[in-house]
Amino acid sequence: MKIKLNIWKQENGKTKGKFEKYELDGVDAEMSFLEMLDYLNEKLITEGKEPVAYEHDCHEAICGCCSLYINGHPHGPGKETATCQVHMRSFKDGETITVEPWRAKSFPVLKDLMTDRNAFDKLMSAGGFVSIDAGQAPDANANLVGKIDADKAFDAAACIGCGACVAACKNSSATLFVAAKVSQLALLPQGKIEAKRRALNMVAKMDELGFGSCTNTGACEAECPKGIGIDFIAKLNREYLCASFSEAE
Amino acid sequence: MSKFFTSSIGQKFFMSITGLFLMMFLMVHLTINSLLLFGDGELFNVAANFMSSNPIMKVIEPILALGFILHIIYAGYITLKNKMARPQGYKVASKSEASWASKNMFILGGLILIFLVIHITNFFWKVKFGTVATIPYGDGELHDVYGLVAGIFKVWLWYDVLYILGAIFLFLHLTHGFWSAFQTIGWGNEKWTLRLKVVSYIYAIIVAGGFAFIPLYFLIKYIV
Ligand code: SF4
Ligand code: FES
Repeated sequence: MKIKLNIWKQENGKTKGKFEKYELDGVDAEMSFLEMLDYLNEKLITEGKEPVAYEHDCHEAICGCCSLYINGHPHGPGKETATCQVHMRSFKDGETITVEPWRAKSFPVLKDLMTDRNAFDKLMSAGGFVSIDAGQAPDANANLVGKIDADKAFDAAACIGCGACVAACKNSSATLFVAAKVSQLALLPQGKIEAKRRALNMVAKMDELGFGSCTNTGACEAECPKGIGIDFIAKLNREYLCASFSEAE
Repeated sequence: MSKFFTSSIGQKFFMSITGLFLMMFLMVHLTINSLLLFGDGELFNVAANFMSSNPIMKVIEPILALGFILHIIYAGYITLKNKMARPQGYKVASKSEASWASKNMFILGGLILIFLVIHITNFFWKVKFGTVATIPYGDGELHDVYGLVAGIFKVWLWYDVLYILGAIFLFLHLTHGFWSAFQTIGWGNEKWTLRLKVVSYIYAIIVAGGFAFIPLYFLIKYIV
């Protein structure tokens, strides 16, 4: 197939970027989207032009690197798929595909389609952990977890920290990400102990980092490659409200 | 606790609480308005005069005004801050699945505010600061609020259109606002989020439909 690409090019965070048009022939419908970009880059390199910078790593939807906003959708077409799971068969022959980086004040562009998502690491350092002595692997039945809670915690733990929720949200809000982390840990015995502090600190950090607030549009859950639902946001709100009213500050 | 008031969730909490309060007010307002549809207006006049003169309402009125003001101020502030979180927008506008109303709550709110100003000058102001004709009732007299309402909808077709438009904006605002208010205060899970969304539509249809029905009723009564 033959496709037209409209890709955001930006030298670095200080320069102004612009869209660059490319035409690519001989694209195989079975190519993944990222293979197609590699194919484009090879062509650009042989022509002596500068390749397009984009981020990718695992190619199996577990690392959360492949942050591309394709034709108005973070992670492109398809439900619950990361960019690395998108194939060219999802596009029509001759179609124009516009590729943009995540757009958020808290995710500044590093180069072309790569953004600095360090803000998520900062959020995790603010509370997305459990400070217990890790020691050896505990006995399987030492900590009892009910089936319902275990399942919910597992669902929340599926979040790969890709940032598509921020990219999809009209407010560039990181609430779905924070909700997933806060919920996952609050549901488990090891995480419960610090649940209140965690909710307070992560929300405070989220505000400090310049993410917007949640206005419940639900765009995040529609685009999340891991199907994290906004019911976790309700849980975060609950956790945060209870923590705010009970913790002395 | 002190940080709560300035945090993003805390601010949303106030949007939610004031919103829920205003939604309760809408129910009371609609209940009284529905009396317009019964009898020759006496029932409505008695109710309207009771509402504008009893001491409890004197206390509730400023609280209600405060509810509106806080809801509007927080909306403005939150919207501005949220806009600032994305200094550079996308070339291809988001195609993510999200209801139109949910993405345009501020615009809808603005339109409702414009309507509200017109609405207040139409009725509330006149009743409150007394340019309404009085009619005899029992030993005393009553402000003829029914006559005022009927008059406006009878003489000015534009008002009928305006009030129906206002109801449409309100409908859209409520379809999102109702369940969103509960989501913000933490009432939502994989079952209840959907249920609340359904109740949202039922509530919005009853309230907005009810308000839109009144000008339609007068149109049909007098013009047709
Ligand atoms: S919640 Fe979903 S969209 Fe957001 S970072 Fe996690 S996996 Fe990505
Ligand atoms: S490359 Fe790792 S999630 Fe897509």
